[in-house]
Amino acid sequence: MSGHVVPVRTNIAIFVALLILLFATVGAAYLPLESLHLPLALTIAAAKAVLIGLFFMHLYYRHHLTWIVSVASLLWLGILLALTLSDYLSRGWLDIPGK
Amino acid sequence: METVTTHRASGPPASPHDEPILEEQFDDLEQQHEASSVGMWVFLATEVMFFGGLIAAYTVYRATSPREFALASQHLNVGLGCLNTVILLGSSLSMALAVRAAQLQRRRNLLWCLAITAALGICFLGVKAVEYYQEYREHLIPGLNFQIPAQVVAKSTRLPLDPRRFEMFFVLYFFMTGLHAFHLIVGIALVSVMALLTWRRWLSGSGETQIEVTGLYWHFVDVVWVFLYPLLYLIDVQS
Repeated sequence: MSGHVVPVRTNIAIFVALLILLFATVGAAYLPLESLHLPLALTIAAAKAVLIGLFFMHLYYRHHLTWIVSVASLLWLGILLALTLSDYLSRGWLDIPGK
Repeated sequence: METVTTHRASGPPASPHDEPILEEQFDDLEQQHEASSVGMWVFLATEVMFFGGLIAAYTVYRATSPREFALASQHLNVGLGCLNTVILLGSSLSMALAVRAAQLQRRRNLLWCLAITAALGICFLGVKAVEYYQEYREHLIPGLNFQIPAQVVAKSTRLPLDPRRFEMFFVLYFFMTGLHAFHLIVGIALVSVMALLTWRRWLSGSGETQIEVTGLYWHFVDVVWVFLYPLLYLIDVQS
C-alpha cells in the first residue's frame, strides 16, 4: 500500500550503526579533546538522529511535504537558539554605565 | 461503515475487518495514510519546540557557566545513562519492526514487537528510577534536599564557583529527563493500547497507519534522548 516496507536487514544495520555511534560518543568523551568535546558529541548525536529519522521514521521513503515539516522544526529551534544566544553572549561587549 | 468504499491492500487475502477503510474526505488510501503521517510530523515539530525551551535554557546557562556545569555533570552516572541509551535504541528497533509487521499484516509478529517495545520502555524508566534514587541519596534534587557535594566545596576554595549555577544544572537535568520520561510513559501507554487493539482485531487495515504514527512518536522520544545523553552526562567525564 502506501508505506514502503523497510527490510529487516536495513533495520538491524541501522541499529548496529546507532550502537557504534553511541560507543563512539562515550569513547570521545574520555579523549583529551578540550573544547572539541561539545561539537563532536553534537555531530555524533545529529548523525544518530538523521539515521533514526531517515530509516526508522521512514523519511527516506516519504513525500517531500514530510521533509519540509521535519526540517522546519529544526529551523524554528535554530532561530530560538541563535537569537537567544546572540543576546546573552554579547551582553558584556559594551561598557554601558548603570548596567 | 458498511457503505464506505473499501480497498483491499496488497498482500495475502485478509478477513473483512482487516481491510483498510477509506473515509469520505480522502481521494484514496494513499492520501489518507499520508495525511495521518504528516499530521503526526506537524505534532512532532511542536514537540521539538516544547523541548526547545528547555534546550535554550540549558544552552544559555551552559554557555555562561561552563565550569559549574562540567563539575555538576560529573555527579551523573555515565554507565547507567549509556545502558539506557542502548535500551532505548533497542526499543526503537523493535518499534521499527512492529511497523514492518503491521505493513505486512503479520499480526502475531506485530503483537510481539509491540510488547518488546513497551517492555524496553519500562526498563528505561526502571533504570531512570535507580538513577533518580542515587541522586536523592546524594542530596542532588533541587527543592527537595539539595546540598553542594563536599568535594565540590573543597575544589571551589581555589577557584570561585557559583553554587546557584551548580544547582541550576540539576534543575535542568530533572526537568529535561523528567519531561522525557513523561513522554516515554505516554509512549508506553500508546504502544500498549495499540497492542490491545491489535489483539482485539479492532483496527482496520491491520492498523498500518495507526502503528506507523505511534512509531513516529516513539522514535521522536528516542531522538530526544540521543541529544540529552551527551548534553547532560558527557560534559566532562575525564577529571
